[in-house]
Amino acid sequence: MPLSSRHLLGLEGVPKEDINLILDTATNFREVLERPVKKVPTLQGQTIVNLFLEDSTRTRVSFELAERRLSADVVNFSASVSSLKKGETLKDTVRNLEAMKIDMVVIRHAAQGSPHFLTKIMDAHIINAGDGSHEHPTQALLDMYTIREKFGTLEGIHVCIVGDISHSRVALSNIYGLKTMGATVSVCGPKTLIPKDIEKLGVNVFYNINSAIREADVLNVLRIQLERQDRVFLPSMREYREYFAVTKERLKHARKEITILHPGPINRDVELSADVADSDASLILHQVLNGVAVRMAVLYLLGTGK
Amino acid sequence: MKTKVIDERDFERMLTRLAHEILERNKGAGNIALVGIRTRGEFLARRLAEKIKLLEGKEIPLGFLDITLYRDDLREKHQQPVLLGTYIEFDITGKHLILADDVLFTGRTVRSALSELVDLGRPASIQLAVMIDRGHRELPIKADYVGKNIPTSLQQEVQVCMKELDGEDAIYLKELKESN
Repeated sequence: MPLSSRHLLGLEGVPKEDINLILDTATNFREVLERPVKKVPTLQGQTIVNLFLEDSTRTRVSFELAERRLSADVVNFSASVSSLKKGETLKDTVRNLEAMKIDMVVIRHAAQGSPHFLTKIMDAHIINAGDGSHEHPTQALLDMYTIREKFGTLEGIHVCIVGDISHSRVALSNIYGLKTMGATVSVCGPKTLIPKDIEKLGVNVFYNINSAIREADVLNVLRIQLERQDRVFLPSMREYREYFAVTKERLKHARKEITILHPGPINRDVELSADVADSDASLILHQVLNGVAVRMAVLYLLGTGK
Repeated sequence: MKTKVIDERDFERMLTRLAHEILERNKGAGNIALVGIRTRGEFLARRLAEKIKLLEGKEIPLGFLDITLYRDDLREKHQQPVLLGTYIEFDITGKHLILADDVLFTGRTVRSALSELVDLGRPASIQLAVMIDRGHRELPIKADYVGKNIPTSLQQEVQVCMKELDGEDAIYLKELKESN
């Protein structure tokens, strides 16, 4: 019972069975991560290229650890040191890599659709590790794994995604995946950071963080990306914090115990107060561990069988 | 064509004998633990643990091994195997481990299991118990406890049925269609 696709490009249109298979498989890799030797020989002899053409530390480290724990050979290729700086096109870079007989490419790129483009010019399995503000499927899968681990299911769980929804690939992948799995999804943030037609994806919109806190089981708090605020969507960080920061004080008004997720890295005391980030409600460090297991599951499912 | 080679009563006798042999060789149930290779080895290990408990009055540690991640044919297999998971909740270091599986054939499954066990700790010894040894080894592996040796051809298949999975305890020899 393999996945229905030989690539993982996004969660839009990915069937429920595939998502369940990935999450169930990840459970087995969580067990491997608890062993004295946290490594299995499953992908021995396979070569994986991490093509990170946009800055990333944690996603790259998580993928690399997942690959090494499956015994794959790993090659890292990053924008700052690559020939792309010397004017080579992405197509030529990838053709060259393929000539070196690689089996899988994990790509992070600022341009939406780059992973899809790779599938057209090479035979390797392609995994999207974030393409512009489009999708970041493994982040959403590890978020869903963490929620499922906590609640036992995704069905009927209300997840509210808080922050800059317009520029977030994490938000979009989460919306597609969670909707497929039968969760209730809402978003919350300032009007300037919420796409106008977001309701078409079947999500509710809160413009007030207190209302979101009253309704949700889970808050997935996104990083306010200081580096992306070049075009001004926010008057100031202080104003964002004033109106949207998730704080202990605000969580007192929750009707039920509320769970906090954050894809990292956190801007402490901007989108999330330090006391909430470090509280028992926060599953942020679980997400990090689950991230390795979920990525091992995706690599295993794409890299084995014919 | 399918012939029953072991019926329910013989199956039971074989299990009892295997349990006795394990206890005799290890001088009791003191420091042994059972690890079944999933799927059928899991149930074989459970049964042997029950027998040993009846004989010695002692629960011995029981675990299950899913060797999928250690297979040497993951890229050749057309069907992607479903992961069942490894559950060994005790520390295997220093234990005499009895590895249980239903049929010993090429030895490749046992090879995978040995690799996985070595990653989980350092047992005092690993012994192998199987219901059926059908021959055709491709690796230098030998069982310590054998329910029955059944010489087979490669056009035959040995099918071990167990109550938990198949509704009966029995062993069949099946003729596969000859591939032309």
